[in-house]
Amino acid sequence: MKTSLTIGAVALSLGTLIAGASSAQMATYGVRANQLEYRFGENNEEALAWDFDYIYGTDELKFLFRSTGEMDTATNDFGSLETQLRLQKPISTFFDAVVGLQANTPTNEPDRTNLVLAVQGLAPQWFEIEGGLYLSEYSSARFEAEYTALLTNRLFLIPDIEVTMPFVDDIASGQAAGGATVEIGARLSYDLVGRAISPYIGVNYEKSFGGTADLIEAGGGQSDNLSFVVGTRLFF
Amino acid sequence: MKPIAIFRAALLGLAVSGAGGVSAVAGTYNISVDNIRMDTGDFKKKAIGYNNSQIPTVLRFKEGETVTLNVTNNLRESTSIHWHGLILPFDQDGVPGISFNGINPGTTFTYNFPIEQAGTYWFHSHTGFQEPDGAYGAIVIEPKRHDPFHADRDYVVQLTDKHPHSGNKIFRNVKRSADYYNRTQRTLEDLLRSTRADGLKATLQERKMWGRMRMTPTDIEDIQGFTPLINGQSTKQNWTGIFKAGEKVRLRLINSSAMTYFDVRVPGLKMTVVQADGLDVKPVKVDELRISVAETYDVIVQPTKNMPYSVIAESMGRTALVRGTLSPQPGLVGGVPALRKQPLLTMADMAGMMGGMGGMNMDDMDMGGMQMNLTDTGMGDMKMPMDEADPHAGHDMESMDMGDMKMPENDMSAMKMPTTDADPHAGHNMQGMDMGGMKMSKKEMSGMNNGANGKTAFYAPGSGLTPTAANGGKFLSYNDLKARKPLFRDRKATRTIELRLTGNMERYIWSINGVKMDDADPIMLNYGERVRFKFVNETMMAHPMHLHGMWSILDTGKGKWDPVKHTINVNPGTTVYTETEVDATGQWAFHCHLSYHAEAGMFRKVVVVGGPA
Repeated sequence: MKTSLTIGAVALSLGTLIAGASSAQMATYGVRANQLEYRFGENNEEALAWDFDYIYGTDELKFLFRSTGEMDTATNDFGSLETQLRLQKPISTFFDAVVGLQANTPTNEPDRTNLVLAVQGLAPQWFEIEGGLYLSEYSSARFEAEYTALLTNRLFLIPDIEVTMPFVDDIASGQAAGGATVEIGARLSYDLVGRAISPYIGVNYEKSFGGTADLIEAGGGQSDNLSFVVGTRLFF
Repeated sequence: MKPIAIFRAALLGLAVSGAGGVSAVAGTYNISVDNIRMDTGDFKKKAIGYNNSQIPTVLRFKEGETVTLNVTNNLRESTSIHWHGLILPFDQDGVPGISFNGINPGTTFTYNFPIEQAGTYWFHSHTGFQEPDGAYGAIVIEPKRHDPFHADRDYVVQLTDKHPHSGNKIFRNVKRSADYYNRTQRTLEDLLRSTRADGLKATLQERKMWGRMRMTPTDIEDIQGFTPLINGQSTKQNWTGIFKAGEKVRLRLINSSAMTYFDVRVPGLKMTVVQADGLDVKPVKVDELRISVAETYDVIVQPTKNMPYSVIAESMGRTALVRGTLSPQPGLVGGVPALRKQPLLTMADMAGMMGGMGGMNMDDMDMGGMQMNLTDTGMGDMKMPMDEADPHAGHDMESMDMGDMKMPENDMSAMKMPTTDADPHAGHNMQGMDMGGMKMSKKEMSGMNNGANGKTAFYAPGSGLTPTAANGGKFLSYNDLKARKPLFRDRKATRTIELRLTGNMERYIWSINGVKMDDADPIMLNYGERVRFKFVNETMMAHPMHLHGMWSILDTGKGKWDPVKHTINVNPGTTVYTETEVDATGQWAFHCHLSYHAEAGMFRKVVVVGGPA
């Protein structure tokens, strides 16, 4: 509850800030879902997963709302549910600095709120990358990279990797200091309607290491998980 | 007036001066700005049309007449009309926020100004993206005296690049994803093909080089997926101009596209170019010409046989073409050629970007893998011309190996990529740039004397954009344009104003001297002066620069015979000079005429100080 209040207040003040900054020029806005997919895991586990952004702002300053999560379709439990409010400001030709708030509100774990400090952008050789610090009493770091390989001008192979590294133990959330979780995926996507609707199929593999893996296994879970995915990217 | 009537007028009436519903000889003209439903044959969509039609209205004026134009805005938003290329008082120029406040919905605004010139011009909305959405038309001004290029038939051929997306949607999409509309990017297939042709190592090196800069050689047409139209009609709808064998037919080519340069040809016929941007030029016979956005060219063709001839306008990036027909009788259809091979930008086109590193923040760029061997793609085509003033000119180029050469900042001034530039890299921060593996053979060095023939390089030497005629014949160059009569006394310019055309392709930010319109001070000119503009294109795209209210004398090295234009194309990696006699008081717009570049910030206000009130 406290988390959502904080986020609401931040959203309001960010909104005011952007409105002020964008008065001189046309603001851009839109919705993008890099992932909106059904995951078919081992042991008949099925889940709905998404990674969804709403962006609003100008060349100089953008506001971003991001929701990422995974919901088990058998139990309707959120294995992960992450909400972010971000401000993005260009710091170089290809990179933005990011400041924001992240709320983690999974179903069976305690809520966590982090301050986000990140850099994101387009690295040489066309890698979309992001490196961020998620700061609180349970701080962690995360690195993400994605590449779009053009098989044709409409059919893309999109590999991605995400590495999360907790700095401190958060036993209740199943995180151990130094125990990284790595998620890698590859999606074969076809632009069906412009770039607005691009259905895909692919694989997603998640594996935890070190203390984090131990915590998951101690809880009766599996420290690695392979799933086949079917979904669509969206861009409106 | 029903659309069908205008349609007929456009089809048949244009041949007769003064005919057609909206083309009156008298001094008062009415134009309504309407929401219409456009049908291109490929798609239907909501659009804007003048006088309720997707067929562009043609206004026919007479030199010396004073025109009264009543513009009624039937849209739900504000509008404006800019008379592109016309010399008139600044408060009649029709740019909201600079010349006037715009035309509110439901109101009629009356323009009133004398017509002081002759030739082919056009008009369009200067509000938002109404022009890409369809708000454009043609202006034909009959000269007071005898027209030296009078023809038996006279047709407007107005080109546009009609897109199924609205202007607002296009802008929003490219702002969030700059390559949204680029469907000609290099794919796995291209990778395999060039691996077979050039070997894996060379291919990967070339890819790596582009990738390091996060640029693509296919970035020629920002906005693809459009249907090109001639006079509001697609290939299927087949605009037709009637002739009798042996007659001279004058085609008034106008490029009203939002974003697209067209290469125009009439297969089987030579085109004699007699006018550029409304002003007569010494006739030059060509097989094909490139018309930049917002330019006009008048050409005369003389079909000798009783058969249909195609008028072909093919986009510079070769993603689309439109065919109209010149025909001895209605109903005949000219052939449609296949699209030619898509061009690729080369390192030469990137030369300006290297010069612009200060603004581009390319500190981390090193050119380690760059080799100057001649292949038919990529930077293989790169040539580095050096001019006479080159401090390295006396060096022995034969054995020159730049292998380990790291160039300190001031050394780069010796390496001129476009030759016409006296000192392109002065003051730029090249510290991070390491030309490590760069090697040049004697052969390449010997090709570095561009400019020695006295011609200005309007394409960077080795540019992937350099056009060739479809039939292998003559392709018009700016160097071929010579004024028929000098418009101004040739005199020395009082000063030079440098305008670097800058941008960030990835973020779709376009600017001048690294500053967007919103953040820029106006360019201040003094009435009575002659100012020289130096355009340095530091982006990888061509920009058609349009100064309102005053002529731009294009420096082609011909002194008083230099052609005089309203829109000047500046290709990537080149420097182009124009001079302007500052003879119109008030405030004016000065911008890249690519709609989305202008909106993104490649735009300036010009204020002329002094002069008659």
